[in-house]
Amino acid sequence: MKALSKKNLLILGGLLLLYAAVLGLIITGIINPFYEITLALICINIILAVSLNLVTGFTGQFSLGHAGFMSIGAYTCAIINMQMNSMAGFLIGLFAGAVLAALVGILIGIPTLRLKGDYLAIATLGMAEIIRVIFLNLEITNGAAGLNGIPRFTNWTWLFIFTAASVVLINNFIRSSQGRACISIREDEIAAESMGINTTKYKVMAFAIGAFFAGIAGALYASYFYFIKPGLFGFLKSIDILVIVVLGGMGSITGSVIAATLLALITTFLQSFTEIRMILYAVVLIVIMIFRPKGLMGTTEITDILRFRFGRKEERIQ
Amino acid sequence: MPLLKVEKLTKSFGGLTAVSNVSIEIEKGELVGLIGPNGAGKTTVFNLLTGVYVPSSGSILFEKETPITGQGDSSSEGSAAGEKTVIELAGMKPYNVTKQGLARTFQNIRLFKDLTVLDNVRIAMHHNIHYGMFTSFLRFNKFYSEEKRMLEEAEQLLKIFNLEDKKNELAKNLPYGEQRHLEIARALATKPSLLLLDEPAAGMNPKETAALTELIKWVRKEFDLTILLIEHDMSLVMKICERIYVLDYGMLIASGKPEEIRSNKRVIEAYLGEENSNA
Amino acid sequence: MDQFMQQMVNGISLGSIYALIALGYTMVYGIIKLINFAHGDVYMIGAYIGFAATTYAQLGFLPALLISMAACAVLGMTIERIAYKPLRGSTRIAVLITAIGVSLFLEYVMMFFVGAEVRSYPVLLSNKVFHLGNVLINTQQIYIVVTAIALMILLQFIVHKTKTGKAMRAVSIDRDAAQLMGIKVDNTISITFAIGSAFAGAAGVLVGIYYNSIDPLMGIMPGLKAFIAAVFGGIGNIPGAMIGGMAIGIMETLVSGYGYSLYRDAVVFAFLILILILKPSGLLGKNIREKV
Repeated sequence: MKALSKKNLLILGGLLLLYAAVLGLIITGIINPFYEITLALICINIILAVSLNLVTGFTGQFSLGHAGFMSIGAYTCAIINMQMNSMAGFLIGLFAGAVLAALVGILIGIPTLRLKGDYLAIATLGMAEIIRVIFLNLEITNGAAGLNGIPRFTNWTWLFIFTAASVVLINNFIRSSQGRACISIREDEIAAESMGINTTKYKVMAFAIGAFFAGIAGALYASYFYFIKPGLFGFLKSIDILVIVVLGGMGSITGSVIAATLLALITTFLQSFTEIRMILYAVVLIVIMIFRPKGLMGTTEITDILRFRFGRKEERIQ
Repeated sequence: MPLLKVEKLTKSFGGLTAVSNVSIEIEKGELVGLIGPNGAGKTTVFNLLTGVYVPSSGSILFEKETPITGQGDSSSEGSAAGEKTVIELAGMKPYNVTKQGLARTFQNIRLFKDLTVLDNVRIAMHHNIHYGMFTSFLRFNKFYSEEKRMLEEAEQLLKIFNLEDKKNELAKNLPYGEQRHLEIARALATKPSLLLLDEPAAGMNPKETAALTELIKWVRKEFDLTILLIEHDMSLVMKICERIYVLDYGMLIASGKPEEIRSNKRVIEAYLGEENSNA
Repeated sequence: MDQFMQQMVNGISLGSIYALIALGYTMVYGIIKLINFAHGDVYMIGAYIGFAATTYAQLGFLPALLISMAACAVLGMTIERIAYKPLRGSTRIAVLITAIGVSLFLEYVMMFFVGAEVRSYPVLLSNKVFHLGNVLINTQQIYIVVTAIALMILLQFIVHKTKTGKAMRAVSIDRDAAQLMGIKVDNTISITFAIGSAFAGAAGVLVGIYYNSIDPLMGIMPGLKAFIAAVFGGIGNIPGAMIGGMAIGIMETLVSGYGYSLYRDAVVFAFLILILILKPSGLLGKNIREKV
């Protein structure tokens, strides 16, 4: 096993191919500006869903406040980028936003992650609401009207880089010893603690990492749509992200990616029918919970399925 | 100083005193049994020793031997290899207790059911890994070397318990007996010097119990362990334990060698009382 | 001091409404351990039914209140049958997500049919104002508090003096044991939803009268705050929910009254987090530990 193994090169090649293909479609105009917005939404939703999945799907800590961290990233990046109107300003803003979101995540996580299940859900919801109210009242964030005219430095290249990096990094984390420690908390907190896992530490770690990437997603959002206001990051946005994670499967990275893409497409097609879209979301949530509570993918990944098929063939050859 | 010295351990929940003034001493290398009728407070003692509960009063002193191979372990700073330090476990968090060298199994099997056999063992090894969060993210070479070491150690451990072939199966799909074995393997993966077994033979038939008895004896020798065992099955306890403590209504009523316990009047009364109330 | 007393009067009126909603949360949580996120939306629908009854059918306060309560009771039972009952025995998180789904469903179905715009209630009760020293109390406030108290007394009667109430208490303590004792658990849960939802419906009508404006998303915030009230009082505990509702109502009006109205919601949520951390069992609740 080495960093430059055949498998990793294959993944890298695939990613480059995907990037080039989409870039080609954009240049040739097959993906027109209208669909480019969908593309941006897909990328941002993927980052949000994968990062929430780390917290909720893998570590088992039910959070209803992910939009709060997204808003910290969005506002931080927007404010810095508006002061420093350059590419450097955008990148500094993005990282500052992500780091700040992670710090707030740690600050919030230490007291609230002692709570379990639905109590934690409500506490995180409350935290996100508090963050929203603060943005609503600060002068620098321009209150309810929000910030307009944020410089737009985000394009397909940046979206792709950050999305791919987020997915790969979070995936690496989950498939490490720390990741297993997080998963053990989801499985049985008391047993995990008895096996030497500092559960508080890893819950807070997962929460902070989730917040970090949600901050990146928020920064990309602010930079791409050049307008943000507190109302965009309310309770409903957190639910939006949760729907993706639940639909894709709590504990499946590829599930989150698929669901994020699917839902962004649905959103685009139903853009002028907000109510219908939300009713559809609601019905999907209920039906999934009743008939397939594990979501589309459960805890398995696309790669597991492929490997399973492949492995069978191998056996047959032998 | 014995390996474990419990002094006047007391735990009350509100008005109810579940464990009262219990003192236990275990020498290194011993295999000691803790018995008593249902509800006597045996599992509560385990939960106190392992940090799940904080004692109301009393102390739990544990002599920790810094492992010779131990390196970079932050909790053993300043102590040379092989050196012995006495640690107060009362009030310590469970994960920290485990780090000091106590490991346990649970009465009602608490495996990570939806994870593989291998992952169950690797999770227990987590506190012995030597790479951090950023290595996990970026997969530096340290990540690969440590993961390899962990995998090898885990496989070796599973081999001992005849679970190597099933390493990729989900823990919940193992037959009951193997689940009990996996729990012991998982506890051993934390590299304990004192192993606490909570009713390891519960739900087993006599044949399985006999096999388990052999396994416990063997594991103790192989891993140079000290074992404290809670058991309901008297035949198992009498067969393998060198010394026995008897608990009733949260208090120690007797202690001594198996033959002494067998003929102890108070012990017989406690168990007979239970049988009467069961009938 | 007058200012303070005035805010107390306003706070108690608002608090009565929160208390009515909180009762539904606490009863449902007590019996199936579910935070019924859709409860705030049942309250919203209650407000709309009251609106329809008074505006289109030209009914008075009391008939509108009763119709709304009855309709919400049916709605509550229906929700439970369709969405929650199939999930008995699944994880609490699954049921919670379902409840969020039901909540979104009710909100946007209403938005689809009645539109997103705010509607105003017709004037049902006189606006007569009484002066107690320098403190003003209007008829609406009196109606709200009296209705709320009457309903709470009724609830206490149902829970403690009737067979149904006994069944509810039994199921909430141990569902399996209750089943073995011949209690019809499913029916009892249905009745609990019916009563809780009827109370939410009443609260909806009262709020429509008090604030004179309703919209499809009006249930989210009061729903959350009523939940906070229930947690504060000790979730699952009926007198706790009443005390909690009052406390949250008074806290909110005091914060607004002293000029921090923009931070009102943040203060309430901060309060929630404090309770959850310091005393998660609430004022009157019991602490339960997981057995190892």
